[in-house]
Amino acid sequence: MAINVTRRQFFKLGGAGLASSSLAMMGFAPEPAEASIRQFKLTHAKETRNTCTYCSVGCGILIYSKGDGAKNVEQNVFHIEGDPDHPVSRGSLCPKGAGLLDFVHSKGRLEYPQVRAAGSDEWQRVTWDDALNRIARHIKDDRDANFVQRNAQGQTVNHWTTTGFLAASGSSNEAGYITHKVVRNLGMVAFDNQARV
Amino acid sequence: MDNSQNIIARSATTTPPPQVRNDVEEVAKLIDVSKCIGCKACQVACMEWNDLRDDVGDCHGTYDNPRDLTAESWTVMRFSEYESNDGNLEWLIRKDGCMHCAEPGCLEACPAPGAIVQYANGIVDFDSNHCIGCGYCITGCPFDIPRISEKDNKSYKCTLCSDRVNAGMEPACVKTCPTNCIEFGTKKDMLARAEKRVGDLKARGFRDAGIYDPAGVGGTHVMYVLHHADDPNRYAGLPKDPRISPLVGAWKGVTKPIMSAIIGITAFAGVIHYVTKGPKEEPENEPHDGDDGTPPASRGDSAGSGAASGTDPHSLGYDATRTSRPASDAQRPPGGDR
Repeated sequence: MAINVTRRQFFKLGGAGLASSSLAMMGFAPEPAEASIRQFKLTHAKETRNTCTYCSVGCGILIYSKGDGAKNVEQNVFHIEGDPDHPVSRGSLCPKGAGLLDFVHSKGRLEYPQVRAAGSDEWQRVTWDDALNRIARHIKDDRDANFVQRNAQGQTVNHWTTTGFLAASGSSNEAGYITHKVVRNLGMVAFDNQARV
Repeated sequence: MDNSQNIIARSATTTPPPQVRNDVEEVAKLIDVSKCIGCKACQVACMEWNDLRDDVGDCHGTYDNPRDLTAESWTVMRFSEYESNDGNLEWLIRKDGCMHCAEPGCLEACPAPGAIVQYANGIVDFDSNHCIGCGYCITGCPFDIPRISEKDNKSYKCTLCSDRVNAGMEPACVKTCPTNCIEFGTKKDMLARAEKRVGDLKARGFRDAGIYDPAGVGGTHVMYVLHHADDPNRYAGLPKDPRISPLVGAWKGVTKPIMSAIIGITAFAGVIHYVTKGPKEEPENEPHDGDDGTPPASRGDSAGSGAASGTDPHSLGYDATRTSRPASDAQRPPGGDR
């Protein structure tokens, strides 16, 4: 680029720059319109109430997703915080609950039933129907084979010790009660309805 | 969203901000150190709300993670082990982060107009758009809080969730705190709560319990309840009497006006000189390129030969070099140096 500046022009430009910068330093600078520093990010986000999935405390959470729920919008969860109206923790969350957003979007999150057949080292995706049928089949077969009606002394025990049951930590009291009834009715002994952490 | 009407102080700006709409109650965050269990929910909630994801930390023998505040970790729990004279070990956990001083040293030191602002409710906020990454705010901060990002060379710190507070909500760390250790409200209410809690602690045997609201920075909008308010240094080096560094006062108080005046006087003297003496008279015998007697044919020839040989320093595209050496041009015979 050719710059045609005579010495006189150079001094004029330099003088103008010096004068304007010293004016600015002395406070005669035009003020830019003050834009907002950070917009509030939840305005009009869709708010959904839910229960934290982690532990047996069962804190209430508010899940915020993009869009207002219109049919052309693919909802995407972008913020989760405590539900102040929920009686359990009244809005507060532990570090795991406070970080639920990354749990939702985790690459390692299990999103559908998978089966690893005996002897295989690979997980295969199956439908919910297949998974439930398969579980029911295994339960029935194992219970038929190993159910113990009477112990060695001839006392009635009606227990089934070869299968255990782990249920959800986020269950309500009612769901926990029903789960307990179902599992005990089968005679199952090894059972935990809370994934205590 | 905050507009300029709520801003009561702005970095590197001498014109006063709008002052009349200032009947806003000051807010404060109260951190009751005696209730903290160090769970770091506040750290997580802060990162989640502010869309920050710092690097995964490493284990180095304490629970501090990350080891220090960073541009992406605006609050950090600091764990201190203190052994008292009677042999008791105290595990003191303090949530570190911006104190939102009433007289902020960062804002005082900042040379970038509008990069740091203070709202009428007391929150001190960084506007990264205006930040020039000089790091003066770190020098100015008596609590060593701001951090420069390696990604964009801009300074970051806790905003006291100014966006949430402006929308009528509490900061994210306050909301998530499971032990009621972090509370939020007007400064008046928080001081009242703190006093009640200090009385409670004193009744339980902490004779030196007290509120940390240091007067050296005009009071803060993040306050602590300390069980050992007589020695705040115990809590990972919390300064007992924080003050803005005298360097900042020297730079903004004395040096800057003097430097401004020198620059201004120089410019003014230049103008006066121009008015009284007029423009510099160019000597008549010094020939000028373009408007002097050099034949146009020779100039064109010279440029052409330079482009052909590629070695002529006068034809490398800088026409200015030709004006700086008009004498040698004039001495050169027509036809260039071929």
